[in-house]
Amino acid sequence: MLDLEYAAPAPKVIAGAKHDWELVIGLEVHAQVATKAKLFSGASTLFGAEPNSNVAFVDAGMPGMLPVINEACVAQAVRTGLGLKAEINLFSAFDRKNYFYPDLPQGYQISQLYHPIVGEGEVLVELGDGTARLVRIERIHLEQDAGKSIHDMDPTMSFVDLNRTGVALMEIVSRPDIRGPEEAAAFVAKLRQIMRYLGTCDGNMQNGNLRADVNVSICRPGDYEKYQATQDFSHLGTRCEIKNMNSMRFIQAAIEVEARRQIAIIEDGGAVVQETRLYDPDKNETRSMRSKEEAHDYRYFPDPDLLPLEIEQAWVDDIAANLPELPDAKKARFIASFGLSDYDASVLTADVANAAYFEDVAKGGGDGKLAANWVINELFGRLKKDGDKGITESPIPAARLAQIVALIKAETISGKIAKDVFDIAYTQDRDPEEIVKTDGLEQVTDTGAIEAAVDEIIAANPAQVEKAKANPKLAGWFVGQVMKSTGGKANPAAVNALVAAKLGL
Amino acid sequence: MTDLTKLTIADARDALRKGDVTSAELTQACLTAIDAADALNAFVHKTPEVAKSQAEAADARLKAGDTPDLCGIPLGIKDLFCTKGVPSQAASGILAGFKPEYESTVTSQLFDAGAVMLGKLNMDEFAMGSSNETSVYGDAVNPWKVDDRKLTPGGSSGGSAAAVAADLCLGATGTDTGGSIRQPAAFTGITGIKPTYGRVSRWGVVAFASSLDQAGPMTKTVRDSAIMLRAMSGFDPKDSTSANIPVPDFEAALTGDIRGKVIGIPKEYRMDGMPAEIAKLWEDGTAMLRDAGADIRDISLPHTKYALPAYYVIAPAEASSNLARYDGVRFGHRAKLDKGDGITEMYEKTRAEGFGAEVQRRVMVGTYVLSAGFYDAYYNRARKVRALIKRDFDEVFAAGVDAILTPATPSAAFGLGEMADADPIKMYLNDVFTVTVNLAGLPGIAVPTGTDASGLPLGLQLIGRPWEEGDLLNVAYSLERAAGFVAKPTHWW
Repeated sequence: MLDLEYAAPAPKVIAGAKHDWELVIGLEVHAQVATKAKLFSGASTLFGAEPNSNVAFVDAGMPGMLPVINEACVAQAVRTGLGLKAEINLFSAFDRKNYFYPDLPQGYQISQLYHPIVGEGEVLVELGDGTARLVRIERIHLEQDAGKSIHDMDPTMSFVDLNRTGVALMEIVSRPDIRGPEEAAAFVAKLRQIMRYLGTCDGNMQNGNLRADVNVSICRPGDYEKYQATQDFSHLGTRCEIKNMNSMRFIQAAIEVEARRQIAIIEDGGAVVQETRLYDPDKNETRSMRSKEEAHDYRYFPDPDLLPLEIEQAWVDDIAANLPELPDAKKARFIASFGLSDYDASVLTADVANAAYFEDVAKGGGDGKLAANWVINELFGRLKKDGDKGITESPIPAARLAQIVALIKAETISGKIAKDVFDIAYTQDRDPEEIVKTDGLEQVTDTGAIEAAVDEIIAANPAQVEKAKANPKLAGWFVGQVMKSTGGKANPAAVNALVAAKLGL
Repeated sequence: MTDLTKLTIADARDALRKGDVTSAELTQACLTAIDAADALNAFVHKTPEVAKSQAEAADARLKAGDTPDLCGIPLGIKDLFCTKGVPSQAASGILAGFKPEYESTVTSQLFDAGAVMLGKLNMDEFAMGSSNETSVYGDAVNPWKVDDRKLTPGGSSGGSAAAVAADLCLGATGTDTGGSIRQPAAFTGITGIKPTYGRVSRWGVVAFASSLDQAGPMTKTVRDSAIMLRAMSGFDPKDSTSANIPVPDFEAALTGDIRGKVIGIPKEYRMDGMPAEIAKLWEDGTAMLRDAGADIRDISLPHTKYALPAYYVIAPAEASSNLARYDGVRFGHRAKLDKGDGITEMYEKTRAEGFGAEVQRRVMVGTYVLSAGFYDAYYNRARKVRALIKRDFDEVFAAGVDAILTPATPSAAFGLGEMADADPIKMYLNDVFTVTVNLAGLPGIAVPTGTDASGLPLGLQLIGRPWEEGDLLNVAYSLERAAGFVAKPTHWW
């Protein structure tokens, strides 16, 4: 694989009333593991089912029920770890995090505090301006999701839906390596992209399948470098954790407004209190969720219902050997083997389905750059206008777009005609090769035929000929007339050459 | 036949197979005895309808020649086991009205083998207690009686012990977290074995302390324990701590030949102030094994004295978490709330009303030892002690010891209510000889071998190598034969 080189972006600087401030951000991303069954039960993870229909006895915390680990969830966590170039821990263990809440039927969440399944890794977060941040991953652990409490259905009662209870989550914890709101959003986007490539999380933020807790602190310029040199957190400010963010836009807004809140406190001579906060998008502010006094004592201890999770290196190796190509590698390869620009390669690899589609078009059409143009400009544009369709809903399969690219490349049709063919193929479910044949759209490259057309136009327009001889730029008018008379099928290069020759230019 | 209820499981099995008796007759005899024994308060939910229909099915199987050991045998089931459609409350008010929609693995296996359920048995609430006095159903009463006092059958499997000793059933399930099978067995003159941790599935058994809980049989004889344990044992993929190890025919191991077996006598179990009759019982038992050809060896288990405190940190810690699910939200008791009460009040009132004093004490102790700032001092230290206790046993077994003989309890059964005002620690001392076995995950069996001066039964405990229940049962069998304990309580109820 090719390594792409990037410079690190400059940290976001916010000017306070007294001086400049920098941001230091770390994220805990909760990603729902894409599996059919829950982490410790056989109940379905399907979204949108009738409330309390996907609930096993153990999910409901029934007496005497016991958890049994779902191997598929472990494999997904390992796959994700490998995708983040992380250390896989062959020994990990589950702990209980104890607290009371109605949507937590057992009275504890099974998590991995002391021995997570995945250790340190890293993610390269590109920012689209040629810079990229290398964000270190501290750990990934597996844990159970909680259910859903519903407080707005009845004036006096609350309701609980346990469908989500016990669904597997991966908590991906970053180091405080993120230096601005855009970087934070880009980090989440990059994680989502990698997990979609891996098939380990669908990344659907609207359904809550991907959400983030954001830790924000501020420091004076220069302090962060001291932290990086020593890994001593005392160089950094006190952090606040903004819980449960499920939109890229809100993540950015919340970081910005939280940083400004902290700056104001410190510049007023106050001190930031370490606490958990919630972001209110309507008011664009963060609010304290619970203070230190109310903070839970989770009384973590090893879950005695579960043995330590011991996996074998050979099993991990097998997963590693079957890992799909990841975004960075795919992008580098697209640049190297198809001659794409960095930008085009980024666009095409953003989504794994788009990348696969493009690659089919490029290979079938025999021209990567041309394929990239057609996929990005024609197809994506058309799909967007057509009800914002996704690539999988495209009425033109990759093989047909590949035909169009091949027809252009072979000069069987011109680029202009190709657009008509594309439109027909898009709306009429027809094969481009068949369209060109049936509708007689082949480009005319027979110079005799073109010459006759040119002669005819010149003979019919003597005044224009004189003007063009005086001003060669006007030759384009003749080209246009010839194209028109041939129904756009004449090879434009041949027409250009003949017009120039006949006019003696 | 008038004394069907007095049959052992082994004798009943043989009689059923021969057709000398039907399960229906056997079951009816037990149901009649149970109805006449309300004074013992052993059965807290009688299930005559279930019993009769299971007995009928068992008789049909027997007739067809399908005769697993337990086919047609009437048993009592400790209330800690979830039994489908039958009240399963762990003797707690917080599970008032709870009828599970599932059957525990143990009872499923027993029923699949043709066993008959007579009803659910009394116990200490959530198996927390050593006298069956913490039950929401009131005390179970020991059928043994030597004066006016009503005695405890021990706990937590007090109802199981009382029912078997009083011939209300042929055998019963028990569970043992710190001695809850072995101590009541010893108090009532019956046999009870706690198998190796992982031998019997915990699925469907209401959890007290998950890393210590094991179910086992409580029976009239060692042979019956061997028969019943085999039916209860086996790998269960629904319990992650269940061991995927074959279950041997434990009964076949009962040869009575223990010549050359090395029996360890641990000096640390000779506690200060041990009553003379317990010391004598132990010496007599040692002599019996020696006479049977065993090689008696003095051994040391140096960390024994730390076992009880470690146990009373680990067990409450796990219990505090295991019992968090009893919150009034989904099943069982929910307190009536006052206007304006929120979820916190619901939790507080529900748990205050639903849990008894001992359960509340242990939940609070457990919460404390796991809390920030105390975790290392208590819970982590207790875990280290536990590892050392296990190592003590490992070293002794590695040195060639086959089984260890100790007293089962520090005394004979005491009077109900006598400990009411005592420091809870005094009650906890009942477990002093038994908790080490749970902490180390080993099999342990209590066998009645004598009586105290007043005529109350006393038992000895044998501790075996992990997964060697067959060998352990065989040593117990030899001890049982040598002791010849045949006394029965006088029928007063």
